[in-house]
Amino acid sequence: MFPERFTFSVADWVNGWVDALVANYGDVFRHISDTLLWAIVNLETVLRMAPWWLVLAVVAGITWHATRKVTTTAVIVGLLFLVGAVGLWDKLMQTLALMLVATLISVLIGIPLGILAARSNRLRAVLMPVLDIMQTMPSFVYLIPVLMLFGLGKVPAIFATVIYAAPPLIRLTDLGIRQVDGEVMEAINAFGANRWQQLFGVQLPLAMPSIMAGINQTTMMALSMVVIASMIGARGLGEDVLVGIQTLNVGKGLEAGLAIVILAVVIDRITQAYGRPRHEMSK
Amino acid sequence: MNMTTPSKIEVKNVFKIFGSRSKEALALIQQHKTKDQVLAQTGCVVGVNDLSLSIGTGEIFVIMGLSGSGKSTLVRHFNRLIDPTSGAILVDGQDILQYDMEALRQFRRHKISMVFQSFGLLPHKSVLDNVAYGLKVRGESKALCAERALHWINTLGLKGYESKYPHQLSGGMRQRVGLARALAADTDIILMDEAFSALDPLIRAEMQDQLLEMQKTLHKTIVFITHDLDEAVRIGNRIAILKDGRLIQVGTPKDILHSPADDYVDRFVQRRAVAV
Repeated sequence: MFPERFTFSVADWVNGWVDALVANYGDVFRHISDTLLWAIVNLETVLRMAPWWLVLAVVAGITWHATRKVTTTAVIVGLLFLVGAVGLWDKLMQTLALMLVATLISVLIGIPLGILAARSNRLRAVLMPVLDIMQTMPSFVYLIPVLMLFGLGKVPAIFATVIYAAPPLIRLTDLGIRQVDGEVMEAINAFGANRWQQLFGVQLPLAMPSIMAGINQTTMMALSMVVIASMIGARGLGEDVLVGIQTLNVGKGLEAGLAIVILAVVIDRITQAYGRPRHEMSK
Repeated sequence: MNMTTPSKIEVKNVFKIFGSRSKEALALIQQHKTKDQVLAQTGCVVGVNDLSLSIGTGEIFVIMGLSGSGKSTLVRHFNRLIDPTSGAILVDGQDILQYDMEALRQFRRHKISMVFQSFGLLPHKSVLDNVAYGLKVRGESKALCAERALHWINTLGLKGYESKYPHQLSGGMRQRVGLARALAADTDIILMDEAFSALDPLIRAEMQDQLLEMQKTLHKTIVFITHDLDEAVRIGNRIAILKDGRLIQVGTPKDILHSPADDYVDRFVQRRAVAV
Protein backbone atom coordinates (compact mmCIF):
# COMPACT_ATOMS: atom_id res chain seq x y z
CA MET A 1 0.00 0.00 0.00
CA PHE A 2 1.46 3.36 -0.98
CA PRO A 3 1.77 5.65 2.06
CA GLU A 4 -0.95 8.29 2.18
CA ARG A 5 1.35 11.16 3.17
CA PHE A 6 3.31 10.95 -0.12
CA THR A 7 0.24 11.18 -2.34
CA PHE A 8 -0.87 14.32 -4.07
CA SER A 9 -3.22 15.18 -6.90
CA VAL A 10 -2.99 17.74 -9.66
CA ALA A 11 -6.61 17.15 -10.61
CA ASP A 12 -8.00 20.15 -8.69
CA TRP A 13 -5.33 22.43 -10.03
CA VAL A 14 -6.01 21.33 -13.62
CA ASN A 15 -9.75 21.65 -13.13
CA GLY A 16 -9.31 25.19 -11.82
CA TRP A 17 -7.09 26.07 -14.73
CA VAL A 18 -9.54 24.72 -17.33
CA ASP A 19 -12.44 26.50 -15.63
CA ALA A 20 -10.55 29.76 -15.67
CA LEU A 21 -9.66 29.22 -19.32
CA VAL A 22 -13.30 28.67 -20.22
CA ALA A 23 -14.47 31.64 -18.16
CA ASN A 24 -11.86 34.12 -19.38
CA TYR A 25 -11.13 33.09 -22.92
CA GLY A 26 -14.42 31.49 -23.89
CA ASP A 27 -15.10 34.18 -26.51
CA VAL A 28 -11.79 33.66 -28.22
CA PHE A 29 -12.36 29.92 -28.46
CA ARG A 30 -15.91 30.49 -29.63
CA HIS A 31 -14.54 32.66 -32.41
CA ILE A 32 -11.98 30.07 -33.50
CA SER A 33 -14.70 27.47 -33.33
CA ASP A 34 -17.07 29.51 -35.52
CA THR A 35 -14.43 30.12 -38.17
CA LEU A 36 -13.52 26.45 -38.33
CA LEU A 37 -17.14 25.41 -38.38
CA TRP A 38 -17.81 27.77 -41.26
CA ALA A 39 -15.01 26.18 -43.28
CA ILE A 40 -16.15 22.62 -42.60
CA VAL A 41 -19.83 23.32 -43.20
CA ASN A 42 -19.09 24.97 -46.52
CA LEU A 43 -16.83 22.18 -47.69
CA GLU A 44 -19.37 19.63 -46.55
CA THR A 45 -22.19 21.43 -48.36
CA VAL A 46 -20.19 21.58 -51.56
CA LEU A 47 -19.32 17.87 -51.37
CA ARG A 48 -22.88 16.83 -50.54
CA MET A 49 -24.51 19.05 -53.15
CA ALA A 50 -22.15 17.99 -55.92
CA PRO A 51 -23.62 15.27 -58.13
CA TRP A 52 -22.20 11.85 -57.30
CA TRP A 53 -20.81 11.32 -60.80
CA LEU A 54 -18.91 14.60 -60.63
CA VAL A 55 -17.26 13.60 -57.34
CA LEU A 56 -16.32 10.24 -58.85
CA ALA A 57 -14.95 11.96 -61.95
CA VAL A 58 -12.80 14.31 -59.83
CA VAL A 59 -11.47 11.38 -57.77
CA ALA A 60 -10.76 9.49 -61.00
CA GLY A 61 -8.90 12.51 -62.38
CA ILE A 62 -6.76 12.88 -59.24
CA THR A 63 -6.02 9.16 -59.10
CA TRP A 64 -5.03 9.08 -62.74
CA HIS A 65 -2.79 12.11 -62.26
CA ALA A 66 -1.13 10.47 -59.27
CA THR A 67 -0.72 6.89 -60.45
CA ARG A 68 -1.03 6.94 -64.27
CA LYS A 69 -2.57 3.51 -64.02
CA VAL A 70 -5.95 2.61 -65.54
CA THR A 71 -6.59 -0.39 -63.27
CA THR A 72 -5.91 1.49 -60.03
CA THR A 73 -8.14 4.34 -61.16
CA ALA A 74 -10.94 1.96 -62.12
CA VAL A 75 -10.74 -0.01 -58.87
CA ILE A 76 -10.78 3.14 -56.75
CA VAL A 77 -13.78 4.60 -58.56
CA GLY A 78 -15.50 1.21 -58.34
CA LEU A 79 -14.97 0.99 -54.58
CA LEU A 80 -16.39 4.47 -54.02
CA PHE A 81 -19.34 3.61 -56.22
CA LEU A 82 -19.92 0.61 -53.97
CA VAL A 83 -20.08 2.85 -50.89
CA GLY A 84 -22.74 4.91 -52.64
CA ALA A 85 -24.56 1.74 -53.64
CA VAL A 86 -25.03 0.65 -50.01
CA GLY A 87 -26.59 4.02 -49.27
CA LEU A 88 -23.70 5.66 -47.42
CA TRP A 89 -22.80 8.33 -49.98
CA ASP A 90 -24.00 11.26 -47.90
CA LYS A 91 -22.17 10.06 -44.78
CA LEU A 92 -19.07 9.37 -46.86
CA MET A 93 -19.05 13.00 -47.98
CA GLN A 94 -19.45 14.21 -44.39
CA THR A 95 -16.54 12.10 -43.23
CA LEU A 96 -14.45 13.18 -46.19
CA ALA A 97 -15.06 16.85 -45.41
CA LEU A 98 -14.11 16.39 -41.76
CA MET A 99 -11.01 14.47 -42.71
CA LEU A 100 -9.88 16.92 -45.36
CA VAL A 101 -10.13 19.85 -42.95
CA ALA A 102 -8.31 17.92 -40.20
CA THR A 103 -5.57 16.90 -42.64
CA LEU A 104 -5.23 20.45 -43.95
CA ILE A 105 -4.80 21.80 -40.42
CA SER A 106 -2.32 19.02 -39.61
CA VAL A 107 -0.29 19.91 -42.71
CA LEU A 108 -0.34 23.62 -41.87
CA ILE A 109 0.94 22.87 -38.38
CA GLY A 110 3.02 19.75 -39.07
CA ILE A 111 5.25 20.74 -41.98
CA PRO A 112 6.50 24.05 -40.50
CA LEU A 113 7.06 22.35 -37.13
CA GLY A 114 8.93 19.51 -38.83
CA ILE A 115 11.13 21.99 -40.69
CA LEU A 116 11.92 23.85 -37.48
CA ALA A 117 12.65 20.59 -35.66
CA ALA A 118 15.11 19.61 -38.39
CA ARG A 119 16.86 22.98 -37.96
CA SER A 120 17.22 22.92 -34.19
CA ASN A 121 18.25 19.98 -32.06
CA ARG A 122 16.97 21.75 -28.97
CA LEU A 123 13.46 22.22 -30.35
CA ARG A 124 13.51 18.59 -31.46
CA ALA A 125 14.46 17.41 -27.97
CA VAL A 126 11.46 19.29 -26.54
CA LEU A 127 9.06 18.41 -29.33
CA MET A 128 9.59 14.65 -29.51
CA PRO A 129 8.29 13.81 -26.00
CA VAL A 130 5.33 16.15 -26.60
CA LEU A 131 4.54 14.22 -29.78
CA ASP A 132 4.81 10.96 -27.85
CA ILE A 133 2.27 12.28 -25.36
CA MET A 134 -0.04 13.47 -28.14
CA GLN A 135 0.00 10.02 -29.70
CA THR A 136 -0.32 7.89 -26.56
CA MET A 137 -2.63 9.97 -24.36
CA PRO A 138 -6.10 8.41 -24.60
CA SER A 139 -8.09 10.85 -26.70
CA PHE A 140 -10.98 11.09 -24.22
CA VAL A 141 -8.65 12.82 -21.75
CA TYR A 142 -8.23 15.85 -23.96
CA LEU A 143 -11.68 15.55 -25.47
CA ILE A 144 -13.25 16.69 -22.19
CA PRO A 145 -11.49 20.07 -22.00
CA VAL A 146 -11.82 20.52 -25.77
CA LEU A 147 -15.56 19.93 -25.40
CA MET A 148 -15.72 22.51 -22.63
CA LEU A 149 -13.98 25.06 -24.79
CA PHE A 150 -15.60 24.43 -28.15
CA GLY A 151 -18.87 22.69 -27.37
CA LEU A 152 -20.19 19.54 -29.02
CA GLY A 153 -19.92 18.80 -32.72
CA LYS A 154 -17.47 18.96 -35.55
CA VAL A 155 -14.93 21.43 -34.14
CA PRO A 156 -13.82 19.42 -31.10
CA ALA A 157 -13.75 16.36 -33.35
CA ILE A 158 -11.32 18.15 -35.64
CA PHE A 159 -9.16 19.24 -32.73
CA ALA A 160 -8.99 15.74 -31.33
CA THR A 161 -8.15 14.41 -34.79
CA VAL A 162 -5.37 16.96 -35.35
CA ILE A 163 -3.79 16.23 -31.98
CA TYR A 164 -3.71 12.55 -32.82
CA ALA A 165 -2.87 12.81 -36.52
CA ALA A 166 -0.28 15.60 -36.76
CA PRO A 167 2.65 13.89 -34.91
CA PRO A 168 3.64 11.44 -37.69
CA LEU A 169 3.78 14.27 -40.20
CA ILE A 170 6.01 16.35 -37.90
CA ARG A 171 8.29 13.36 -37.33
CA LEU A 172 8.54 12.39 -40.97
CA THR A 173 9.12 15.97 -42.16
CA ASP A 174 11.94 16.27 -39.63
CA LEU A 175 13.36 12.89 -40.65
CA GLY A 176 13.09 13.63 -44.37
CA ILE A 177 15.01 16.88 -44.08
CA ARG A 178 17.64 15.39 -41.81
CA GLN A 179 18.18 12.54 -44.25
CA VAL A 180 19.13 14.82 -47.12
CA ASP A 181 22.67 13.81 -48.11
CA GLY A 182 25.24 15.80 -46.14
CA GLU A 183 27.47 16.31 -49.13
CA VAL A 184 24.59 17.75 -51.16
CA MET A 185 23.93 20.27 -48.38
CA GLU A 186 27.64 21.04 -48.19
CA ALA A 187 27.74 21.56 -51.95
CA ILE A 188 24.84 24.00 -52.10
CA ASN A 189 26.30 25.81 -49.11
CA ALA A 190 29.63 26.05 -50.90
CA PHE A 191 27.87 27.74 -53.81
CA GLY A 192 26.36 30.31 -51.45
CA ALA A 193 22.72 29.22 -51.35
CA ASN A 194 20.77 31.14 -48.71
CA ARG A 195 18.27 29.56 -46.31
CA TRP A 196 15.26 29.89 -48.61
CA GLN A 197 17.21 28.47 -51.53
CA GLN A 198 18.35 25.58 -49.36
CA LEU A 199 14.88 24.88 -48.00
CA PHE A 200 12.72 25.25 -51.08
CA GLY A 201 15.28 24.35 -53.72
CA VAL A 202 16.78 21.27 -52.11
CA GLN A 203 15.64 20.18 -48.65
CA LEU A 204 11.87 20.11 -49.22
CA PRO A 205 12.01 18.55 -52.70
CA LEU A 206 14.39 15.84 -51.47
CA ALA A 207 12.34 15.27 -48.32
CA MET A 208 9.12 15.05 -50.35
CA PRO A 209 8.77 11.24 -50.34
CA SER A 210 9.11 11.29 -46.56
CA ILE A 211 6.70 14.23 -46.19
CA MET A 212 4.15 12.50 -48.41
CA ALA A 213 4.50 9.36 -46.27
CA GLY A 214 3.78 11.64 -43.30
CA ILE A 215 0.67 13.08 -44.96
CA ASN A 216 -0.39 9.53 -45.78
CA GLN A 217 0.01 8.51 -42.14
CA THR A 218 -1.85 11.63 -41.02
CA THR A 219 -4.85 10.84 -43.22
CA MET A 220 -4.88 7.24 -42.06
CA MET A 221 -4.82 8.28 -38.41
CA ALA A 222 -7.46 10.92 -39.03
CA LEU A 223 -9.70 8.20 -40.43
CA SER A 224 -9.12 6.01 -37.42
CA MET A 225 -10.53 8.83 -35.30
CA VAL A 226 -13.90 9.08 -37.08
CA VAL A 227 -15.71 6.77 -34.65
CA ILE A 228 -14.47 8.72 -31.64
CA ALA A 229 -15.36 11.92 -33.46
CA SER A 230 -18.89 10.66 -33.93
CA MET A 231 -19.19 10.16 -30.14
CA ILE A 232 -18.88 13.90 -29.64
CA GLY A 233 -21.42 14.72 -32.26
CA ALA A 234 -19.59 14.80 -35.59
CA ARG A 235 -21.77 13.30 -38.33
CA GLY A 236 -20.55 10.80 -40.89
CA LEU A 237 -19.59 7.17 -41.28
CA GLY A 238 -18.43 6.90 -37.66
CA GLU A 239 -21.99 7.62 -36.59
CA ASP A 240 -23.23 4.48 -38.34
CA VAL A 241 -20.53 2.37 -36.74
CA LEU A 242 -21.53 3.77 -33.37
CA VAL A 243 -25.24 3.15 -33.96
CA GLY A 244 -24.37 -0.34 -35.16
CA ILE A 245 -22.60 -1.03 -31.87
CA GLN A 246 -25.32 0.50 -29.74
CA THR A 247 -28.18 -1.39 -31.43
CA LEU A 248 -26.27 -4.63 -31.94
CA ASN A 249 -26.79 -4.15 -35.67
CA VAL A 250 -23.62 -5.92 -36.77
CA GLY A 251 -24.43 -5.68 -40.46
CA LYS A 252 -24.91 -1.92 -40.39
CA GLY A 253 -21.72 -1.45 -38.38
CA LEU A 254 -19.81 -3.61 -40.85
CA GLU A 255 -21.07 -1.65 -43.86
CA ALA A 256 -20.00 1.65 -42.37
CA GLY A 257 -16.73 0.14 -41.18
CA LEU A 258 -15.94 -1.13 -44.67
CA ALA A 259 -16.82 2.28 -46.11
CA ILE A 260 -14.22 3.84 -43.80
CA VAL A 261 -11.69 1.26 -44.98
CA ILE A 262 -12.50 2.05 -48.62
CA LEU A 263 -12.02 5.77 -48.01
CA ALA A 264 -8.70 4.93 -46.36
CA VAL A 265 -7.59 2.79 -49.31
CA VAL A 266 -8.50 5.54 -51.79
CA ILE A 267 -6.60 8.24 -49.93
CA ASP A 268 -3.69 5.92 -49.22
CA ARG A 269 -3.22 5.01 -52.91
CA ILE A 270 -3.36 8.63 -53.99
CA THR A 271 -0.98 10.06 -51.37
CA GLN A 272 1.48 7.18 -51.79
CA ALA A 273 1.59 7.69 -55.53
CA TYR A 274 2.39 11.38 -55.06
CA GLY A 275 5.18 10.38 -52.68
CA ARG A 276 7.15 8.64 -55.41
CA PRO A 277 9.66 10.83 -57.23
CA ARG A 278 8.48 11.48 -60.76
CA HIS A 279 11.60 11.10 -62.88
CA GLU A 280 12.50 7.79 -61.29
CA MET A 281 9.13 6.40 -62.25
CA SER A 282 9.68 7.10 -65.92
CA LYS A 283 13.19 5.68 -65.91
CA MET B 1 57.41 29.00 -56.39
CA ASN B 2 57.68 31.95 -58.66
CA MET B 3 58.12 34.83 -56.24
CA THR B 4 56.46 37.37 -58.53
CA THR B 5 53.04 35.71 -58.39
CA PRO B 6 51.00 37.32 -55.63
CA SER B 7 49.49 34.87 -53.18
CA LYS B 8 45.79 34.22 -53.62
CA ILE B 9 45.18 32.32 -50.41
CA GLU B 10 47.20 32.89 -47.26
CA VAL B 11 46.81 30.58 -44.30
CA LYS B 12 48.40 31.77 -41.07
CA ASN B 13 48.84 29.56 -38.01
CA VAL B 14 45.52 27.83 -38.40
CA PHE B 15 44.37 25.37 -35.75
CA LYS B 16 41.18 23.37 -35.96
CA ILE B 17 40.08 21.30 -33.00
CA PHE B 18 36.89 19.25 -32.99
CA GLY B 19 35.14 18.70 -29.67
CA SER B 20 33.41 20.58 -26.89
CA ARG B 21 36.57 21.44 -24.91
CA SER B 22 38.41 23.01 -27.84
CA LYS B 23 39.79 25.97 -25.82
CA GLU B 24 41.64 23.69 -23.39
CA ALA B 25 42.78 21.50 -26.24
CA LEU B 26 44.10 24.52 -28.11
CA ALA B 27 46.15 25.57 -25.07
CA LEU B 28 47.59 22.05 -24.83
CA ILE B 29 48.48 21.80 -28.48
CA GLN B 30 50.18 25.18 -28.33
CA GLN B 31 52.36 23.72 -25.57
CA HIS B 32 53.50 21.21 -28.21
CA LYS B 33 51.59 18.24 -26.85
CA THR B 34 50.92 15.54 -29.45
CA LYS B 35 47.57 14.84 -31.07
CA ASP B 36 47.17 11.65 -29.02
CA GLN B 37 47.92 13.40 -25.71
CA VAL B 38 45.31 16.06 -26.49
CA LEU B 39 42.77 13.39 -27.34
CA ALA B 40 43.49 11.51 -24.12
CA GLN B 41 43.30 14.63 -21.93
CA THR B 42 40.37 16.53 -23.42
CA GLY B 43 38.59 14.12 -25.78
CA CYS B 44 39.11 16.62 -28.60
CA VAL B 45 40.37 15.68 -32.03
CA VAL B 46 43.01 17.87 -33.63
CA GLY B 47 42.12 18.40 -37.30
CA VAL B 48 44.61 21.05 -38.32
CA ASN B 49 47.67 21.85 -36.24
CA ASP B 50 49.48 25.20 -36.57
CA LEU B 51 49.40 25.27 -40.32
CA SER B 52 50.63 28.13 -42.49
CA LEU B 53 50.94 28.21 -46.25
CA SER B 54 50.35 30.47 -49.18
CA ILE B 55 48.86 29.57 -52.53
CA GLY B 56 49.76 31.61 -55.58
CA THR B 57 47.39 33.04 -58.16
CA GLY B 58 46.84 30.71 -61.10
CA GLU B 59 48.68 27.70 -59.73
CA ILE B 60 47.46 24.18 -59.16
CA PHE B 61 48.28 23.59 -55.54
CA VAL B 62 47.99 20.00 -54.40
CA ILE B 63 47.41 19.11 -50.77
CA MET B 64 48.38 15.52 -50.11
CA GLY B 65 48.22 13.17 -47.17
CA LEU B 66 46.77 9.92 -45.93
CA SER B 67 43.18 9.78 -44.81
CA GLY B 68 42.84 11.46 -41.45
CA SER B 69 45.72 13.82 -42.14
CA GLY B 70 43.36 16.80 -42.14
CA LYS B 71 43.47 17.66 -45.84
CA SER B 72 39.72 17.70 -46.38
CA THR B 73 39.30 19.67 -43.18
CA LEU B 74 41.88 22.18 -44.31
CA VAL B 75 40.36 22.77 -47.72
CA ARG B 76 36.95 23.44 -46.14
CA HIS B 77 38.52 26.35 -44.28
CA PHE B 78 39.12 28.16 -47.57
CA ASN B 79 35.39 28.67 -48.17
CA ARG B 80 34.51 28.48 -44.50
CA LEU B 81 32.45 25.32 -44.62
CA ILE B 82 34.56 24.84 -41.49
CA ASP B 83 35.72 27.70 -39.27
CA PRO B 84 39.15 27.44 -37.63
CA THR B 85 39.56 27.36 -33.87
CA SER B 86 42.35 29.88 -34.17
CA GLY B 87 44.42 31.53 -36.91
CA ALA B 88 43.82 33.69 -39.97
CA ILE B 89 42.83 32.98 -43.57
CA LEU B 90 43.29 35.65 -46.21
CA VAL B 91 41.91 35.49 -49.72
CA ASP B 92 43.09 38.29 -52.01
CA GLY B 93 44.46 39.95 -48.90
CA GLN B 94 41.05 39.99 -47.17
CA ASP B 95 40.50 38.18 -43.90
CA ILE B 96 37.56 35.93 -44.75
CA LEU B 97 37.04 35.07 -41.08
CA GLN B 98 35.71 38.60 -40.56
CA TYR B 99 32.90 38.10 -43.08
CA ASP B 100 29.34 38.00 -41.77
CA MET B 101 26.83 35.54 -43.27
CA GLU B 102 25.88 37.81 -46.15
CA ALA B 103 29.45 38.68 -47.07
CA LEU B 104 30.37 35.02 -46.84
CA ARG B 105 27.53 34.09 -49.19
CA GLN B 106 28.66 36.68 -51.69
CA PHE B 107 32.24 35.39 -51.39
CA ARG B 108 31.10 31.82 -52.04
CA ARG B 109 28.92 32.88 -54.95
CA HIS B 110 31.52 34.94 -56.77
CA LYS B 111 35.02 33.98 -55.68
CA ILE B 112 35.26 30.32 -54.84
CA SER B 113 33.63 27.09 -55.95
CA MET B 114 34.11 23.47 -55.04
CA VAL B 115 34.11 19.95 -56.48
CA PHE B 116 33.31 17.09 -54.10
CA GLN B 117 34.59 13.53 -53.79
CA SER B 118 31.13 11.97 -53.99
CA PHE B 119 29.99 14.68 -56.37
CA GLY B 120 27.32 16.38 -54.22
CA LEU B 121 24.96 16.69 -57.18
CA LEU B 122 21.31 17.54 -56.73
CA PRO B 123 19.50 14.25 -57.42
CA HIS B 124 16.20 15.95 -58.29
CA LYS B 125 17.65 18.26 -60.91
CA SER B 126 18.76 17.59 -64.47
CA VAL B 127 22.38 17.84 -65.58
CA LEU B 128 21.67 21.26 -67.06
CA ASP B 129 20.14 22.58 -63.83
CA ASN B 130 22.94 21.06 -61.78
CA VAL B 131 25.61 22.77 -63.88
CA ALA B 132 23.72 26.07 -63.76
CA TYR B 133 23.18 25.83 -59.99
CA GLY B 134 25.93 28.25 -58.93
CA LEU B 135 24.69 30.83 -61.43
CA LYS B 136 21.07 30.40 -60.47
CA VAL B 137 21.82 30.78 -56.77
CA ARG B 138 23.47 34.13 -57.33
CA GLY B 139 20.51 35.31 -59.35
CA GLU B 140 21.75 35.31 -62.97
CA SER B 141 19.12 35.45 -65.71
CA LYS B 142 17.70 32.21 -67.06
CA ALA B 143 19.19 32.83 -70.49
CA LEU B 144 22.68 33.39 -69.09
CA CYS B 145 22.41 30.33 -66.83
CA ALA B 146 21.43 28.12 -69.77
CA GLU B 147 24.07 29.57 -72.06
CA ARG B 148 26.96 29.24 -69.60
CA ALA B 149 25.82 25.79 -68.49
CA LEU B 150 25.57 24.53 -72.06
CA HIS B 151 29.01 25.88 -72.84
CA TRP B 152 30.59 23.88 -70.02
CA ILE B 153 28.46 20.83 -70.72
CA ASN B 154 29.86 20.79 -74.25
CA THR B 155 33.42 21.51 -73.15
CA LEU B 156 33.41 18.60 -70.72
CA GLY B 157 31.92 16.18 -73.22
CA LEU B 158 28.49 15.93 -71.65
CA LYS B 159 26.63 16.94 -74.78
CA GLY B 160 23.35 15.06 -75.15
CA TYR B 161 23.05 14.45 -71.41
CA GLU B 162 21.57 17.85 -70.50
CA SER B 163 18.17 16.52 -69.55
CA LYS B 164 19.38 13.35 -67.81
CA TYR B 165 19.38 13.05 -64.02
CA PRO B 166 22.49 12.28 -61.94
CA HIS B 167 21.39 8.71 -61.10
CA GLN B 168 21.30 7.91 -64.82
CA LEU B 169 25.00 8.76 -65.27
CA SER B 170 28.19 6.81 -64.59
CA GLY B 171 30.64 7.96 -61.92
CA GLY B 172 32.94 9.63 -64.43
CA MET B 173 30.02 11.45 -66.02
CA ARG B 174 28.77 12.60 -62.65
CA GLN B 175 32.11 14.09 -61.74
CA ARG B 176 32.19 15.89 -65.08
CA VAL B 177 28.90 17.45 -64.02
CA GLY B 178 30.44 18.39 -60.67
CA LEU B 179 33.41 19.96 -62.42
CA ALA B 180 31.20 21.73 -64.96
CA ARG B 181 29.15 23.18 -62.10
CA ALA B 182 32.26 24.61 -60.48
CA LEU B 183 33.61 25.95 -63.77
CA ALA B 184 30.27 27.48 -64.80
CA ALA B 185 30.27 29.58 -61.63
CA ASP B 186 33.41 31.17 -63.12
CA THR B 187 35.16 31.83 -59.83
CA ASP B 188 38.87 32.62 -59.43
CA ILE B 189 39.38 29.74 -57.07
CA ILE B 190 38.25 26.14 -57.42
CA LEU B 191 38.60 23.71 -54.56
CA MET B 192 38.72 20.05 -55.56
CA ASP B 193 38.31 17.67 -52.64
CA GLU B 194 39.52 14.24 -53.83
CA ALA B 195 37.57 15.05 -56.96
CA PHE B 196 38.96 12.14 -58.98
CA SER B 197 39.49 9.61 -56.18
CA ALA B 198 36.20 7.80 -56.73
CA LEU B 199 36.87 7.25 -60.43
CA ASP B 200 38.53 4.28 -62.08
CA PRO B 201 42.16 4.74 -63.23
CA LEU B 202 41.50 5.30 -66.95
CA ILE B 203 38.73 7.84 -66.46
CA ARG B 204 40.85 9.44 -63.80
CA ALA B 205 43.82 9.93 -66.10
CA GLU B 206 41.49 11.30 -68.74
CA MET B 207 40.00 13.81 -66.28
CA GLN B 208 43.47 14.85 -65.12
CA ASP B 209 44.50 15.54 -68.73
CA GLN B 210 41.33 17.47 -69.34
CA LEU B 211 41.88 19.58 -66.24
CA LEU B 212 45.46 20.39 -67.25
CA GLU B 213 44.36 21.19 -70.77
CA MET B 214 41.68 23.59 -69.56
CA GLN B 215 43.97 25.19 -67.02
CA LYS B 216 46.23 26.33 -69.90
CA THR B 217 43.58 28.82 -70.95
CA LEU B 218 41.70 29.35 -67.69
CA HIS B 219 44.52 30.14 -65.24
CA LYS B 220 42.32 29.47 -62.23
CA THR B 221 43.73 29.01 -58.78
CA ILE B 222 43.04 25.35 -58.10
CA VAL B 223 43.45 23.71 -54.73
CA PHE B 224 43.48 19.99 -55.34
CA ILE B 225 43.23 17.41 -52.57
CA THR B 226 44.45 13.87 -53.16
CA HIS B 227 45.96 10.90 -51.34
CA ASP B 228 47.75 9.73 -54.46
CA LEU B 229 51.31 10.95 -55.11
CA ASP B 230 51.15 10.03 -58.80
CA GLU B 231 48.16 12.30 -59.23
CA ALA B 232 49.83 15.03 -57.18
CA VAL B 233 53.02 14.91 -59.24
CA ARG B 234 51.10 14.81 -62.48
CA ILE B 235 48.93 17.85 -62.02
CA GLY B 236 50.50 19.91 -59.25
CA ASN B 237 52.59 23.03 -59.70
CA ARG B 238 53.36 22.72 -56.02
CA ILE B 239 52.56 20.03 -53.49
CA ALA B 240 51.97 20.32 -49.75
CA ILE B 241 52.21 17.18 -47.66
CA LEU B 242 50.12 16.89 -44.50
CA LYS B 243 50.40 14.50 -41.60
CA ASP B 244 48.24 14.57 -38.47
CA GLY B 245 47.10 18.06 -39.39
CA ARG B 246 50.66 19.41 -39.66
CA LEU B 247 52.39 20.63 -42.76
CA ILE B 248 55.42 18.39 -43.38
CA GLN B 249 56.74 19.71 -46.66
CA VAL B 250 55.81 22.15 -49.44
CA GLY B 251 57.54 22.18 -52.77
CA THR B 252 57.46 21.49 -56.48
CA PRO B 253 56.95 17.86 -57.50
CA LYS B 254 60.70 17.71 -58.16
CA ASP B 255 61.54 18.88 -54.61
CA ILE B 256 59.26 16.29 -53.12
CA LEU B 257 60.60 13.43 -55.25
CA HIS B 258 64.29 14.28 -54.93
CA SER B 259 64.57 15.64 -51.42
CA PRO B 260 61.79 14.31 -49.22
CA ALA B 261 61.72 16.17 -45.92
CA ASP B 262 61.30 13.14 -43.66
CA ASP B 263 60.49 9.45 -43.47
CA TYR B 264 56.79 9.99 -43.95
CA VAL B 265 57.28 11.78 -47.26
CA ASP B 266 60.02 9.36 -48.22
CA ARG B 267 57.66 6.42 -47.77
CA PHE B 268 55.23 7.97 -50.25
CA VAL B 269 58.05 8.49 -52.71
CA GLN B 270 59.49 4.99 -52.21
CA ARG B 271 56.15 3.35 -52.77
CA ARG B 272 55.83 5.25 -55.99
CA ALA B 273 59.32 4.20 -57.11
CA VAL B 274 58.39 0.57 -56.48
CA ALA B 275 55.12 0.93 -58.34
CA VAL B 276 56.93 2.40 -61.35
